[in-house]
Amino acid sequence: MSDLKRTKLYDLHVAQGAKMVPFAGYDMPVQYPLGVLKEHLHTREAAGLFDVSHMGQCFITAEDGTFETAAKALEKLVPADIQSLQPGQQRYSQFLNEAGGILDDLMISRLGLEGHTHKLYLVVNAGCKDADYAHMQKYLPEGVSVEVKDNLLSLIALQGPKAAEVLGRLNPAVKDLVFMTHTDLMLVDNIWVHVSRSGYTGEDGYELAVKHDDVEKLTKLLLEQPEVELIGLGARDSLRLEAGLCLYGHDIDTTVSPIEAGLLWSVQKHRRSADAGYFGAARVEADIADKTTKRLVGIKPEGRAPAREHTEIQDMDGNTIGEITSGGFGPTAEGPVAMGYVARKFVKAGTPVQLIVRGKPRAAEVVKLPFAPHRYYRG
Amino acid sequence: MSVYFTEDHEWIKVDGETGTVGISEYAAKALGDVVYVELPEIGRDMSKGDEAAVVESVKAASEVYAPVAGEVTEVNEALEDAPETVNAAPTGDGWFLKMTINDASELESLMDETKYKEYCDGL
Repeated sequence: MSDLKRTKLYDLHVAQGAKMVPFAGYDMPVQYPLGVLKEHLHTREAAGLFDVSHMGQCFITAEDGTFETAAKALEKLVPADIQSLQPGQQRYSQFLNEAGGILDDLMISRLGLEGHTHKLYLVVNAGCKDADYAHMQKYLPEGVSVEVKDNLLSLIALQGPKAAEVLGRLNPAVKDLVFMTHTDLMLVDNIWVHVSRSGYTGEDGYELAVKHDDVEKLTKLLLEQPEVELIGLGARDSLRLEAGLCLYGHDIDTTVSPIEAGLLWSVQKHRRSADAGYFGAARVEADIADKTTKRLVGIKPEGRAPAREHTEIQDMDGNTIGEITSGGFGPTAEGPVAMGYVARKFVKAGTPVQLIVRGKPRAAEVVKLPFAPHRYYRG
Repeated sequence: MSVYFTEDHEWIKVDGETGTVGISEYAAKALGDVVYVELPEIGRDMSKGDEAAVVESVKAASEVYAPVAGEVTEVNEALEDAPETVNAAPTGDGWFLKMTINDASELESLMDETKYKEYCDGL
């Protein structure tokens, strides 16, 4: 028997005809009867609904009741500036180890609800969450605590150009949120949600934290809207790849720094020096200065053959210069798309490279990410 | 003409000493949307079980194996521009290649349509 965990939407997935697969210890829907290709395109054209309840959700609070103490404590573990977060604001960052390798990537929010603006809310990857919680418990100072909410909260995402219109029917206030902000509000039927305007597809959309007891009701309400289809992990992967977003365990892990992974934008300027006071800060400064370290880039294979993860990347003289870390077919790009690490002198868009697919070299080119333009709502 | 199936879900339609090879409905459905097909060179000599072609869906690549030994005589070039034909008509226009059959007795180890259906039902 399998000891896979199930989200509160497991029965709904099965009833909807999902193909279930093991993912990060959970039995998760990889696709529904619509299929990966159509699910992907539907998300880019209308609205896709994702169950991401396997992800970890927790709060960080300080005993002294101040935001400052909690923010300073978390800043020891991530390169992002946390102290400057305003209530209702959200930032992307990474947990780094002392060598500057990435332990996980995560979303960090400062709650906006009156009386709760001292609290930090974190969403972390399913496959890393237990290690993340242990890491925080070990390194957060006395007086700052982690409160895991996985036994209370589910998480679903509504993504796509129709997401705002659809969710707006359940409470019009969600339309006022801009990208990377969030709020707490009540939808129809007395459903409380913590809703952020963010996601993992490159599209406009929302992530909704909702009580376990309400998640099935909310999911059904959303599925009643004609624009909404359920989307599985298969299309989630092709959507995020086209959007040029990293997948932990593939594009990023403990062997790479955020700088090598192209995540410099997520490290605010005053946090880029070795004395910024967080684990891995020395590596961040060194990798910014060192013009020889590798970089994660977009790779566009010529023709139709996809280049999958671990495909060798060579220069035009046949020397190995790196490896594909995510690769597949992009339904919106209408062709193969990939990301991989290359030696620094090959990072320029337009640089020709070759990919060794099934023993044969195939032409490809370094390209700017993303493959599908981001369509975030910035007001 | 007789059709035989392998446990890896290839079919071979036998016409005298040559055969047409493709993947079954079951396989096409399990793969999902096919986005790329890599076909062998004409004239390639294959042993039974050799990798004959590659079929890729959005998510993953899968091999298509030679059901019997023989030489590739023709490939379905239409699949290069329209790989979705594999989903639309896996046992018709979605064929992969034609080949000679070196040893007809190798067909005996394959399943006929009834046996293959039972095999799929048991999966």
